[in-house]
Amino acid sequence: MTGLAALADACVRELGERAVVTDRVQLRTYECDGLTAYRCIPALVVLPETTEQVAFVVGRCHELGVPFVARGAGTGLSGGALPREDGVLIVLSRMTEVRSVDIADRRAVVQPGVVNLDISKRVAASGYYYAPDPSSQQVCSIGGNVAENSGGAHCLKYGFTSHHVTGLEIVMPDGSVERFGGRAPDPVGYDVVGAFVGSEGTLGIATEVTVRLTRSPESVQTLLAAFNGMDEAGSAVSAVIAAGVLPAAVEMMDALSIEAAEAAVRCRYPAGAGAVLIVELDGPTIEVEAQLADVEEFCRMAGAFEIRVASDDVERAQIWRGRKSAFAAVGRISPDYIVQDGVVPRTALPEVLRDIAALAQASGIRVANVFHAGDGNLHPLVLFDESKGETERAEEVSMRILDLCIEHGGSITGEHGVGHDKKKHMGRMFSNDDLDVMQLVRCAFDPASLCNPGKVFPTPRLCGERPGRRTGVHPLQEAGLAEVF
Amino acid sequence: MEVVTPSTIDDLATVLRDAAATGASVDVRGAGTKSGWGAPGRPADVIVDTTSLNTVVEHAEADLVVTVQAGTRLGELQRLLAGSGQWLALDPPEVAATVGGVVAAAASGPRRLRYGTPRDLLIGITVVLVDGIVARSGGKVVKNVAGYDLGKLFTGSFGTLGIIASCTFRLHPLPAARRVVSVSTEDPAQVADALARSTAEPAAVEWDGRAAHVLLETAAAAADPQAAEMAQLLGSDAVTDVVPASFGRRPWQSGDIALKVTHRLSCLGPAVTAIRRRWPDAAIAAHLGSGVLWAGWPAAKGLTSAELDDLRAVIASYDGTVVVVQAPPAVKDGLDVWGPVSGFAVMERIKERFDPDGRMRPGRFVGGL
Repeated sequence: MTGLAALADACVRELGERAVVTDRVQLRTYECDGLTAYRCIPALVVLPETTEQVAFVVGRCHELGVPFVARGAGTGLSGGALPREDGVLIVLSRMTEVRSVDIADRRAVVQPGVVNLDISKRVAASGYYYAPDPSSQQVCSIGGNVAENSGGAHCLKYGFTSHHVTGLEIVMPDGSVERFGGRAPDPVGYDVVGAFVGSEGTLGIATEVTVRLTRSPESVQTLLAAFNGMDEAGSAVSAVIAAGVLPAAVEMMDALSIEAAEAAVRCRYPAGAGAVLIVELDGPTIEVEAQLADVEEFCRMAGAFEIRVASDDVERAQIWRGRKSAFAAVGRISPDYIVQDGVVPRTALPEVLRDIAALAQASGIRVANVFHAGDGNLHPLVLFDESKGETERAEEVSMRILDLCIEHGGSITGEHGVGHDKKKHMGRMFSNDDLDVMQLVRCAFDPASLCNPGKVFPTPRLCGERPGRRTGVHPLQEAGLAEVF
Repeated sequence: MEVVTPSTIDDLATVLRDAAATGASVDVRGAGTKSGWGAPGRPADVIVDTTSLNTVVEHAEADLVVTVQAGTRLGELQRLLAGSGQWLALDPPEVAATVGGVVAAAASGPRRLRYGTPRDLLIGITVVLVDGIVARSGGKVVKNVAGYDLGKLFTGSFGTLGIIASCTFRLHPLPAARRVVSVSTEDPAQVADALARSTAEPAAVEWDGRAAHVLLETAAAAADPQAAEMAQLLGSDAVTDVVPASFGRRPWQSGDIALKVTHRLSCLGPAVTAIRRRWPDAAIAAHLGSGVLWAGWPAAKGLTSAELDDLRAVIASYDGTVVVVQAPPAVKDGLDVWGPVSGFAVMERIKERFDPDGRMRPGRFVGGL
């Protein structure tokens, strides 16, 4: 019997038939995550319900030298949960227990399969919510949020998953179970919770997550401003930030993405807009009122030709509908598209947008721009038609956009993660030494390299090696970046 | 023992490479404001003084981001940033401290309630490992999930994984207006409970042992109405725009015994009581709403290992920890200043990877790391 067959048998004995998938047709269901361009049918899928079961499966993998990949709801956009054909996919979607909700402690303790939005629903009546709000929050699970350090439209003010997770129970890659942090702040020792959040499933499997609950704001105001072009909208954002206002969210869409959203969900944004800006302010009523007046004034001064302020939750939802549908909506105006995720310093946005427009012009590939304008996180949607043989050109445009992000001192990913998709770009953002030192962390957790191997890092390294065992100039210096950092 | 004061990151790397060649152990210090924190450890062969690594590398004003070398003093950085109406939203009272020291010690102050601690504001870091390897993670944009976050690991590592060479931080605008609403109370939990029921969003709520001070930092037009609302909530008429001298001050003198005590938020009252019952004369200060207490008393009153264990057992039932921040050497030598650590085996493996020979600040951190 092969190692995998023995593993499947052991899992059936320990977890029961219902928790183990070996049928090829059923296995195919798990061949990809939200990034469907990469597919791979796993050798085995297990669906544990308890920490002990996860530890059992991981422990057996460790003994047998079988690689494993954890998967939550499968909404990831970087192929981080792409299975291995020689490995086990550990699906955590049945671990949906909310262990405790302690309003007085402002904490909830949940299993990783709990859906992001369900935490907020659970505590809404007490006047609290869970702040990170990735746009997939109705279906994505907390375990996946922890792996990806998920953000969302409101992370400008409220931060990312890493700011809201205070404790973790982790099944280590050798099958042991460790606990870090909890309901109190500042756990003693190295910040393992901080290192683990955003490690994209490569350091172990979180089986219990303690999250911070945030007080619901007294007041929320949402404003939609329509401009003739992106530059005007961008200068409104600059004015808001320069005035010291910190909105909960600042989102921008260009004409093409507005067109797509209109076609898909009839969001009724002002006709003829070359750009729309959505600004959401929240907090104590009196503070929000004062800031709203300022933001309206800044938009008008920047050339907004129409400004709408939502008068209730229904109108607010209407404003957000266009923005939130944008990714899927481009399907209405293009047979195929790539969702890119890059970051530039906010002040570089106008220049980068012009460069993207020039790229689109030169290549004949359309690019729709939707982005978190407050923090410079771009989501260019590269539109193409595979049947017309445009795929390669579209991928080239998509990659050139990342070049622009790197050239402007930004990042190749703001929230979707490196996963499988972008590992080849890591060497353009980091030196070999940087990556080798990150690998030290990896090796501390997973010396056998069985835990989601082949993700994040461009080249696998053996754990015996020390970083920097080469001669010559430091690559950072060579690249002229040594002065920057 | 040799003290070296590198003035560039290259120099720093050279110093560490040289130390590696001879197997020398290495200590690091910034301004020395917290050099008494942590376990006493063993004396090192080389002491790296970072205070000449003090360049503000880049202040991207409109992006609200700054990159500074680790030896830059926090107070000086804040003065520079204030010129642009901005600040690094960290307010530990040790203003003479270097930025690297603040990060290495994860030092925080009252405004952590709104802005978090160094881990939350650090968006990029350059470190030099014990063998002289220079590495960075993160970058200079706030939103960035590319690669592992070494900044998180180095924050609060007390220099035991390597030396922080430079840091990039997210900045915040200075608030337009400030009000402080104060109320005398022996029972900070009462104030914390009242605030938890309201939708007010103070920047900080500090209890100095005698009074609670609610700090409102807000839009100019909102300051007076919010202060009035807060005064009514607390039943106070003490409203001012001056932050009191006691605000955020650590409740001890140099030479005292000092503890940091954490707890889950609902256990503030019991945690204060646990300290008071054991040390009736202890000075206590608390960051309300954050779950952090500080306590101090004169060294003459002492602290035994048994007393510490006894307090730790109680505080553990509030999910918290007790760290002996500061104590005279004679007292510290008999104590486990960090206490038991959950997940220690993993931390040991991290240390082993970053510093296989245990040459960085030997013995200063948890469990003798």
